[in-house]
Amino acid sequence: MRTLPVGDRALLVEFGSGEETEAFHAELLRRRAAGALPAVTEVVPAARTVLLDGVEAPERLAALVAGWEIEPLHARVDPVVEIPVRYDGPDLPDVAALWGVPPADVATVHSAAEFRVAFCGFAPGFGYLTGLPEAYEVPRRATPRTAVPAGAVAMAGPYTGVYPRSSPGGWQLIGTTDAVLWDPAREPAALLSPGTRVRFVPRGVGAR
Amino acid sequence: MTDRALAVVRAGALTTVQDGGRPGYAHLGVPRSGALDPGARDLANRLVGNPADAAVLETTVDGCAVRPRCAVTVAVGGAPCPVTVDGRPASWGAAVRVPAGAVLAVGAAVRGLRSYVAFAGGVAAEPVLGSRSTDLLSGLGPAPLRDGAVLPLGPEPPAPPGHDAVPWPGPPGELVLHVRPGPRDDWFTARALSAFATRAYRVSPASNRIGLRTEGPPLERAVAGELPSEGMVLGAVQVPPDGRPVVFLADHPTTGGYPVVAVVRERDLAAAAQAVPGTPVRFIPVRQASRSRRPRGW
Repeated sequence: MRTLPVGDRALLVEFGSGEETEAFHAELLRRRAAGALPAVTEVVPAARTVLLDGVEAPERLAALVAGWEIEPLHARVDPVVEIPVRYDGPDLPDVAALWGVPPADVATVHSAAEFRVAFCGFAPGFGYLTGLPEAYEVPRRATPRTAVPAGAVAMAGPYTGVYPRSSPGGWQLIGTTDAVLWDPAREPAALLSPGTRVRFVPRGVGAR
Repeated sequence: MTDRALAVVRAGALTTVQDGGRPGYAHLGVPRSGALDPGARDLANRLVGNPADAAVLETTVDGCAVRPRCAVTVAVGGAPCPVTVDGRPASWGAAVRVPAGAVLAVGAAVRGLRSYVAFAGGVAAEPVLGSRSTDLLSGLGPAPLRDGAVLPLGPEPPAPPGHDAVPWPGPPGELVLHVRPGPRDDWFTARALSAFATRAYRVSPASNRIGLRTEGPPLERAVAGELPSEGMVLGAVQVPPDGRPVVFLADHPTTGGYPVVAVVRERDLAAAAQAVPGTPVRFIPVRQASRSRRPRGW
């Protein structure tokens, strides 16, 4: 663990791996829920860091977290969010080729994994989901699309994500979902937040 | 006409609804948003008797014009500009009573960029996650104003306090931004850090509510690789591959993959919101006594 000051009111806590980062984030949330964390406006987990923003005394907090014993990420028993997917994305044949499997097997492999939201960003409700074995990582597309439709299920690097709304994007599109990722009128507005467990459930093409 | 609403007669280049924004949702990818010059918003609100962070209109460069359907007390502040009511000159920076059906015209900024128009009762657009702010990055909150749009107003508060004149800070002739080095200053060469701290930059016309872009000496990287995405704060000075520092303002993305060389002190950011393109910019590093990691080249 390494702590880096960010301005006068924030602290970046950095780790060597995504797993350590997620374990620290879970520990932070546990301690915050127990009232054992000084006031913080934002807790923003990312790939290798957790940002703590809106902190009265960042240096004191840095000393505090350095002394923590962090529980490993094992005993999560939160419910799993199921996202129904039609595996009909335009990049599915390319992903199948990269994996060296027939296109029909992409759904089998992808839906067998249990994912977890490592962090959010890019757009409200967009989660970066990890959980697919390393051997299935795929590169971004050489040329990003100017418009990816809302509900597109996409992959890049170690991550899977679902586009909450239409936007440009360079990820490989493998499917489509009707799940509503972001609805400001709903409580909570985001279907996925950091730490959420996720499974993708295959649906037949055209099925709802 | 007695309903509490106003019709947009002239939307202007970019006029948005802004209040205190949506802090606390960055982990869901939601920017904080809110008025870029919060001091100006607060003061305009106080002049009409509103709470300091009630929703106001934030104009950009060329003002706007609205026709309230009810008589309402209004104050225009922030960037100085001509104000008229049905064509007759009215006070800038003070409470003005606008009769029902009259046109309140907020003219082009004489100095600075963004004027703030507070209405007694506040703009009562539908809140999203507790805020009425327009967030241009993620499209949350009310859409930017369009000609002919109608915005509701909240109930008129009790009579405003009796200020008739208040001091307003003027827009800067030179933008001086005090910065705290890091968190990724070690991704830049000592020469780049020295250039950042000593050379003159200018405000780029490509600036917006997301970031104040600058023109000046590009900052050379010492580390070539890619930075995994990490959380971004208000005032972060992010350096994209072209090497030109971008200061993150209210609608900034919540995570980003380019290194942050330094962070601007929050109280300097209101001036950044009012700095017109071409304004000279200086970044002045400040360190805290308790800081143990001594950066190189600063």
